[in-house]
Amino acid sequence: MTVGKTLWKVIFIKLIIMFGVLKLFFFHDFLGTKFNTDEQRADYVLSELTMSVQMHNSSQGGER
Amino acid sequence: MIENFDLTMVNWARAQFALTALYHWIFVPLTLGITWIIAFYHTIYVKTGSEEWKNLTKFWMKLFGINFAIGVATGIILEFEFGTNWSNYSWMVGDIFGAPLAIEGIFAFFLEATFFAVMFFGWNRVSKRFHLFSTWMVAVGSNLSAVWILIANAWMQHPVGQAFNPDTARFEMQNFAEVVFNPIAVSKFTHTTSASMLFASLFIISISSFYLLKGRHVLMARRSIMIAAVFGLLASAFVGFTGDEAAYEVAQQQPMKLAAFEGLYKGETGAGIVALGMINSKKQVGDDQDGFNFEIRLPGLLSLLANRSLSSFVPGIDDLVYGNKEQGIMGAGEKMEKGKVALAQLDTYKKAKKSGDEIAAAAALSVFNANKDYLGYGFLEKPEDAVPPVAMSFNAFHIMVALGTLFPLVFLAFLYFSIKGSLQQQRWLLGGGTIMFFLGLIAHWAGWIVAEVGRQPWAIQDLLPVTVARSNLTAGTVQTTFFMFLILFTALLIAEISIMARQISIGPKEN
Repeated sequence: MTVGKTLWKVIFIKLIIMFGVLKLFFFHDFLGTKFNTDEQRADYVLSELTMSVQMHNSSQGGER
Repeated sequence: MIENFDLTMVNWARAQFALTALYHWIFVPLTLGITWIIAFYHTIYVKTGSEEWKNLTKFWMKLFGINFAIGVATGIILEFEFGTNWSNYSWMVGDIFGAPLAIEGIFAFFLEATFFAVMFFGWNRVSKRFHLFSTWMVAVGSNLSAVWILIANAWMQHPVGQAFNPDTARFEMQNFAEVVFNPIAVSKFTHTTSASMLFASLFIISISSFYLLKGRHVLMARRSIMIAAVFGLLASAFVGFTGDEAAYEVAQQQPMKLAAFEGLYKGETGAGIVALGMINSKKQVGDDQDGFNFEIRLPGLLSLLANRSLSSFVPGIDDLVYGNKEQGIMGAGEKMEKGKVALAQLDTYKKAKKSGDEIAAAAALSVFNANKDYLGYGFLEKPEDAVPPVAMSFNAFHIMVALGTLFPLVFLAFLYFSIKGSLQQQRWLLGGGTIMFFLGLIAHWAGWIVAEVGRQPWAIQDLLPVTVARSNLTAGTVQTTFFMFLILFTALLIAEISIMARQISIGPKEN
């Protein structure tokens, strides 16, 4: 087999594994699959950012 | 607040990103560098019409083709990881990265791919001049691809030309030119591409040395070495110059990274650079222990590197963590206070907007904007969290510099004996030459470790730590894909080595 054919085989198999297996079954877009709109995604990320503040506030509330 | 996050997941995601980046970076620098050398070989063939130069060009082109075919699209896996493991980060930088990455995909990749096809399949099918033009364009196109990726990377190190939108939680581009001409991007691009040229020269010297040791393809090997040694020597000078510029920019924009890769705990006026040293692993930030078990310093040179002045002050890790009023340096502790104010006001703004209280929202936004440059510090638990792994940064930096000092000497030796005509008799040099490719790879990897480990804990410098950039996934999910990648990339590496070894064993066509 010529080197060209071998390389085409390697490329083909690699792309199948990457897009047909890894992307399809293991690498979902986390925010894309969890939420339907950009507004929901923005809200979620904002809540992740401010989670520390909310935890701080709730722990202070608990102390009182 | 770092303790609230699943550090195990973050560490697995970091390990996965490091694994894919390091594997990807086996293929990339060879592609970036060897295309230029092939273009030179091809030019000599077109100028001389010599069949020997044609065979030589075709041989290196074939090895480049193998590397390209196996490496192509391995970088896409990094993009998969962004969306899955680093979704907060992905969301926040989408507006900034969209333009450079789209330009990379549309312009540079298509330019590269179109001319790549002509370069490989154009022998005797297109005119010699157009064929040669295509070879040069492959070199230009592949390096242009690197520009945009490195601009994106540089933005994370020095996030310029942006404004944070508290409604969308995104960094939005305000000034495209500022992002493109980010000083870190310029120094990163020039340093990375010149280091890739150096690496490709080492690759050619390694294989050609092997042929000379075996007494095979002697003329082709000697010619290849002559060009590669000249090219490598020029690239080495450029690597040194751009490395100095890169370090200067790091000192200006990421002083903690500079202090970490020099193991400098207490700031000094006229600070020396460590020529040789061993980090004291027991040393803690802020204690009185010596940072080194032993070290040899070259006085004043770190100040010169960092500030272009032998007598200037270079801040150490302690100064950056605890502050140094005398030198006007704000400590990480004070930055944390400002960051926590920014976060609290972001929370207040969000709630005020939801309840329709525009006055309260405007007031919160005003305080947020005054403190937003320290946003990332608000997530840290203690000031010491702002320190990257010092020993790893120091060792990687010094390995890179030591190898970067060795390589021009190697090129000089090959050039000297090539001109003298006695290269084939220097078996010690040829033996050493065969492993130069591996040392070049280690130098490249070390460079990336310096760049990426040295900027920890930040995903975006000062604005977003990696612990907040991550997705809310379990460590097990990331572990699974980590090992899948390990298997896939190892298989690709074995394929690369075996196909390339077979072609090297066959060698170029002889007339």
